[in-house]
Amino acid sequence: MQYLLTIYAEEAGFQRMTKEQQQQGMAAYMAYTEALKQAGAYVGSNRLQPIATATTVRTTDGKTQVLDGPYADSKEQLGGYFLIDAPDLDAALSWAARCPGSQHGVIEVRPIWSM
Amino acid sequence: MSGCQDGVQPRDLAEQVARRSYGKLVAFLAARTRDLSAAEDALSEAFAAALANWPRTGCPQNPEAWLMTVARRKFLDASRSQQREVGSEDLEDTAEAIEAAVDSADIPDRRLGLMFACAHPAIDRAIRAPLMLQAILGLDATRIASAFLISPATMSQRLVRAKQKIRQAGIPLEIPERSELSTRLDTVLDAIYAAFAEGWIDAAGTDVARRDLAEEAIYLGRVIVALLTDEPEALGLLALMLHAEARRSARRNREGDYIPLAQQDPALWNAQIIAEAESLLHRAGAMKVVGRYQLEAAIQSAHAARAIVGRSDWAAIVELYDALLAISGSPVAAVNRSLAIAELYGPQRALEQLDSVANDPRLVEYQPYWAARADLLARINAREESRSAYSIAIGLERDPSVRRFLEQSQKLVDG
Repeated sequence: MQYLLTIYAEEAGFQRMTKEQQQQGMAAYMAYTEALKQAGAYVGSNRLQPIATATTVRTTDGKTQVLDGPYADSKEQLGGYFLIDAPDLDAALSWAARCPGSQHGVIEVRPIWSM
Repeated sequence: MSGCQDGVQPRDLAEQVARRSYGKLVAFLAARTRDLSAAEDALSEAFAAALANWPRTGCPQNPEAWLMTVARRKFLDASRSQQREVGSEDLEDTAEAIEAAVDSADIPDRRLGLMFACAHPAIDRAIRAPLMLQAILGLDATRIASAFLISPATMSQRLVRAKQKIRQAGIPLEIPERSELSTRLDTVLDAIYAAFAEGWIDAAGTDVARRDLAEEAIYLGRVIVALLTDEPEALGLLALMLHAEARRSARRNREGDYIPLAQQDPALWNAQIIAEAESLLHRAGAMKVVGRYQLEAAIQSAHAARAIVGRSDWAAIVELYDALLAISGSPVAAVNRSLAIAELYGPQRALEQLDSVANDPRLVEYQPYWAARADLLARINAREESRSAYSIAIGLERDPSVRRFLEQSQKLVDG
């Protein structure tokens, strides 16, 4: 099965870190990605630009509304994701627990709707 | 297993097999596809077919295998026609595995894996016990709903949703890895105990759904202990439930009035069940890993000592509650501990203990807290306060016989 691991974290946290801490953080994500690849569990991943860059679009009654900002204005923001292949939820959860994002934020684990 | 000779009626045989094998058959059918609903549907069709066929054709030599063969066909048909989100590979695997099992007349017992799925942390805590009762024992939603005081419609909706989650989120019907086993086992044991506690509320046994629930929970506890032989907490839970069960007939008098533990006649306790509980607890103790259920069972064991030596071992009981409080931080343990303190050091000291947890919001609606408080207050002659604590306790109680007991105790305050 495929699972999407979405990472929600406080964006400002990263900016508050020293350059060295930021590099350590990046290294942790690289190592994690490498581990996923080694295990054959990696499908894809991306890091998103800060929410300041987000724009929301909604079409109601044929009228398209474009708004500045993210969909949900919460304390923690969607910052990136990993798409992984895992035999079951337990395996997916154990990958989520290893994700560096679980230490500085929250990982939501959801199965992909298979067509 | 044999067919229906010796005057066994097909209906009785089907019921016996259902009782013995329901969970095993569901667990086996659903193991790969994780589709519990489809497995349950297939099995209920198979049981219906058995009731229609067996009276005509006679009972099969191996009823379990007969049911599995029919259930398998229904299961695969339904899965194919409804195009559930199951890989065809999985279906073929399932078909082969079922074939092999039916041929060997030896269906592997996967109930434990199913229990771990039902009590998975990804499943809403409140539905874990009902889900387990349905999946393993085949209890219907209406019966479970009445025991858990929820409307049948809501209960069946929640059960459906939980089963959907198992299938869609890919929750494995498997025993977790060693490193996770003890944490995950805790959730299974908690769900079983929740079922037991729901069943225990109606100790008079007037409500059949409830009384059965306590028995079903004990049955689940036995399944766990039989399949997972070296888990001390599983042994502890079964010992705890059995200790309570042993006192069932002492908890009410002939008129159906509630009798608190301290006033029960130990001669009415079931010595055989107590002996079984003691031996389980002994086995658990030898493994040298203490846990919540072992401690609670040990407390019940110290109460049971009254049947032999004439009085409960209060000093031991206080010590056990200390240990229980240290690991669980449960205000319920604190309430019970204060009652044991009262036996050792008198009501004043017990009240001081009780006051130290009085601000815990979990106790506001906890009847035994108010009853304990009322009792202790009466013993130091604080009548007014005692009466009002009794009133709250009475207002919170849903069992009429316990309510009657509390009302009588309240009247005695003035006496």
